[in-house]
Amino acid sequence: MTIQLSYEVVKNDFFKAGEASSNIKKVLRQLGIPSDLIRRVAVATYEAEMNIVIHSDGGEIILLVTPEKVQITALDKGPGIADIEMAMKEGYSTAPQEVREMGFGAGMGLPNMKRCADEFEIKSSLGNSTEVTIIIRI
Amino acid sequence: MITVNQLVEKMELEVIAGATGLSQVVEGMYIGDLLSWVMANIRKGNCWVTIQTHVNIVAVAMLGEAACIIIPEGADIDEATIEKANEENIPLLRSKESAFQLAFKYGQLLEADQS
Repeated sequence: MTIQLSYEVVKNDFFKAGEASSNIKKVLRQLGIPSDLIRRVAVATYEAEMNIVIHSDGGEIILLVTPEKVQITALDKGPGIADIEMAMKEGYSTAPQEVREMGFGAGMGLPNMKRCADEFEIKSSLGNSTEVTIIIRI
Repeated sequence: MITVNQLVEKMELEVIAGATGLSQVVEGMYIGDLLSWVMANIRKGNCWVTIQTHVNIVAVAMLGEAACIIIPEGADIDEATIEKANEENIPLLRSKESAFQLAFKYGQLLEADQS
């Protein structure tokens, strides 16, 4: 059994932000995935989704479920990350002031994703798209 | 066992939205406004106190499995947040008191509940 679903995430759309994560959570629940595992997926997916909303020109979240794993891929249309090492540091953020005032941009997003994942990969460079892959083993 | 409904009564909270979720059981309280931090640390069933009132708090509450959201100090709440909380059945409550006062009262409720 393999399920693949994808959700569009729109730049700066804070009203819809979180919907992809919520939908993925519902799908995993219907599939009977254990709740602690769903929670890790939900936290990681929310962070990935918010990163696309805040930092990118839009993109998508792709869910892949196989008997062995839940895989979340966050793929955006750019503009890419200049320094991935810095971006991975807790507390480092490039979020604009107005977004910080909303409680985002704490510099916790990528570290949170990594913490929730069994496998974590990020591919990006300035001027290109960013692809984050999060694998949580079942 | 304390339900959201009991919190509303005993802590004199105003029900702004999500009244369909009032029967949920509350287990603990979490206070925080940095959403990533909240997402990483809030526990299932927590009553979440935050001064953030924009629409995305509903997503955080839902994904973090909070029992309810309490907005302290009578802060104004965005219309979109109310709409979303109703849609998702997340009780959105408001108090005139501060986060500290709310935590203190909740502590007293817990003590009374456990004795």
